[in-house]
Amino acid sequence: MSKTRVLLVDDEEDLSLVLAERLEMKGFIARGAVSSEEALNLIENEEYDIMIIDIKMPGIGGLDLMQRVKQIRPKTQIILFTGHGTEKEGAAAINDGAFDYLIKPIKIDDLIDKINKAVNK
Amino acid sequence: MNILRKIVLSFLPISFGEQVAPEEDPGRYRKLWLRVVFLTAFVSLMPLIIMTFINYYQYKRVFEEEMIYPISRLTSNTRRSLSSFIDERRSVLDMIIRDKKYEDLRNQEKLTILFRNLKESFGGFIDLGVIDAEGIQETYVGPYELRGKNYREQGWFQDVRLRGIYVSEVFLGYRKYPHFVIAMTHEIDEGGFYVLRATLDMETVSRNILSLSHRPSSDAFLINREGVLQTDSRFYGNTFDTIKIAVPPISDKTEVVERYDDKGRLYILGYAYINQSPFILMEVTKPEEQMKNWFSLRNDLLWFLGVSIFLIILVILWGANYLVRHILEADLRHAKALHNIEYTSKMASIGRLAAGVAHEINNPLSIINENAGLLKDIIGATRDFPRPEKFLKHINAVTKSVERCSTITHRLLGFAKRIDTQIETIDVKHLIQEVVGFLDKEAKHRNITVDYHIDNYIPTIESDRGQLQQVFLNIINNSFDALDEGGKLDINIGHSEVDRVSVSIKDNGHGISEHDLQHIFEPFFTSGKEHGTGLGLSITYGIVQKLGGDISVNSQVGVGTSFTVSLPIKNK
Repeated sequence: MSKTRVLLVDDEEDLSLVLAERLEMKGFIARGAVSSEEALNLIENEEYDIMIIDIKMPGIGGLDLMQRVKQIRPKTQIILFTGHGTEKEGAAAINDGAFDYLIKPIKIDDLIDKINKAVNK
Repeated sequence: MNILRKIVLSFLPISFGEQVAPEEDPGRYRKLWLRVVFLTAFVSLMPLIIMTFINYYQYKRVFEEEMIYPISRLTSNTRRSLSSFIDERRSVLDMIIRDKKYEDLRNQEKLTILFRNLKESFGGFIDLGVIDAEGIQETYVGPYELRGKNYREQGWFQDVRLRGIYVSEVFLGYRKYPHFVIAMTHEIDEGGFYVLRATLDMETVSRNILSLSHRPSSDAFLINREGVLQTDSRFYGNTFDTIKIAVPPISDKTEVVERYDDKGRLYILGYAYINQSPFILMEVTKPEEQMKNWFSLRNDLLWFLGVSIFLIILVILWGANYLVRHILEADLRHAKALHNIEYTSKMASIGRLAAGVAHEINNPLSIINENAGLLKDIIGATRDFPRPEKFLKHINAVTKSVERCSTITHRLLGFAKRIDTQIETIDVKHLIQEVVGFLDKEAKHRNITVDYHIDNYIPTIESDRGQLQQVFLNIINNSFDALDEGGKLDINIGHSEVDRVSVSIKDNGHGISEHDLQHIFEPFFTSGKEHGTGLGLSITYGIVQKLGGDISVNSQVGVGTSFTVSLPIKNK
């Protein structure tokens, strides 16, 4: 069974890269992107099973990025996360097509659990 | 007592000062009340009082005139009768003395015939006599033997010598019963003079003249200038007694005056000085009977005035209280609304600030968390890592602190952000009992008593169950924190307003200072206790506001604290 490919998108570089590294250590193939534009470039060439996207980012926001990803890579499951999220925003995100959402700071076990669920969907 | 207090409060401005905010002048509403009362009382009572007194004096004058006029007429008539009585007898004596010769009058037989004729023609004569210039009674006709009696040294003889005519006061004299005399001198041709003297019976005067006044409340009598009774009086005694009322001033006509006796009782005095005599005719009327109608009317007037004033004052007091209380309540509502606006605005600002802070902190927190997690992962994955437990201990301390910060930021966001509510029908009584049930063990452990006071009818409300649970759990938790072991919690559930249900949670704990009360719903405000984030009551406040309710708190240090949550029955 091949490893799950995960792309983390957050304008906080320290967060996305560290989280990617942690996921790598947990057995995933993970990459970090610091903007929506960078993420779009990456998915042009490569397919990811899961994308973890921060809702609030400069430039193209997380929700817009999700819509574009849905068009380019419809099979990719998306998990959103946010620093000021609420249940309301999370519910709205799921309605818009996200698999799930997480509120920062996240617990790595919760994230892995949601990734596995998304993969097995 | 409560009813009495309510009645008193509806008329008097007792609680005005207690209701105003501390910075306001507590006397402002009392001054307003006083102004309203005095102004209204003045404009309503003055015309009433003036009209009543005008009526009073008009009626009084009418009654007095009705009473004084008959007295005046009666006194005048009696005066005329009395004057006529004396004048007639004086005139006839004058005619005799001019018509008859001295020799004839000195003749006993002729004098006897003359006296008999006098008695038959004019009543009242007792005797008739002639006295010479030396005062010796020369001839005499009458019931006594007075011939030869010498009057030279008597006062009346001196008076008649000087004035030519004399009417005496009433006296007893030799006759030993009241009488008076009329005497006049006549000069004789040979020089010298003689005196014709007649004695008149006072009984005739009393019977024929003074008996004109026959009413039981009135009395007619004669006095002399010194106030000595010349006839018997019904009110003031017998002849020769001195009356206890003042002798009226000299007047040449009939007078009627109002006077008060030594006991302060009113009497009406009609009097007249009888010309060329020492007599004063007195007509005294005690007006009780005649004035009975007047007193009755006067009492009615005074009663009407008194009762009217009392009722008007009651209405004025009630009206002024009602008016000022409404102004006060409107001012209080206005002040409260302003305070609420300020407070809501302040809370909204704090909410926005909190959301921003929470978001900005969450990102670095996440970075700290993930880096700490990565370190932990690396240690776990590295064989022969030196003293890994020490590193893991420190990393765990970091992640624990991150978790603690995370809890705070999540709560802050919960305070600031609106969360979708799930409206359902809730039995408040049941919900409160459920919440208290969460703390049952603690209550038993700390020996805290929880008492319920629930109105007979509490309607169900439409609201969010979970959020209300959070609200009441926060409040009851706070109350438990304030209570010592063995403390008491009173929970009142009421339906005093038509469209609301109120829940009051009152503890007898430490209480909250006035300063702390002003900030109690602000985020991060704590009373200095060791645990707690200071967000519980601010979140509670936000939830209650969002659910369309109100929350208020009253507290007194050392006595206890009471939180009251008022919730709408219908969710809007």
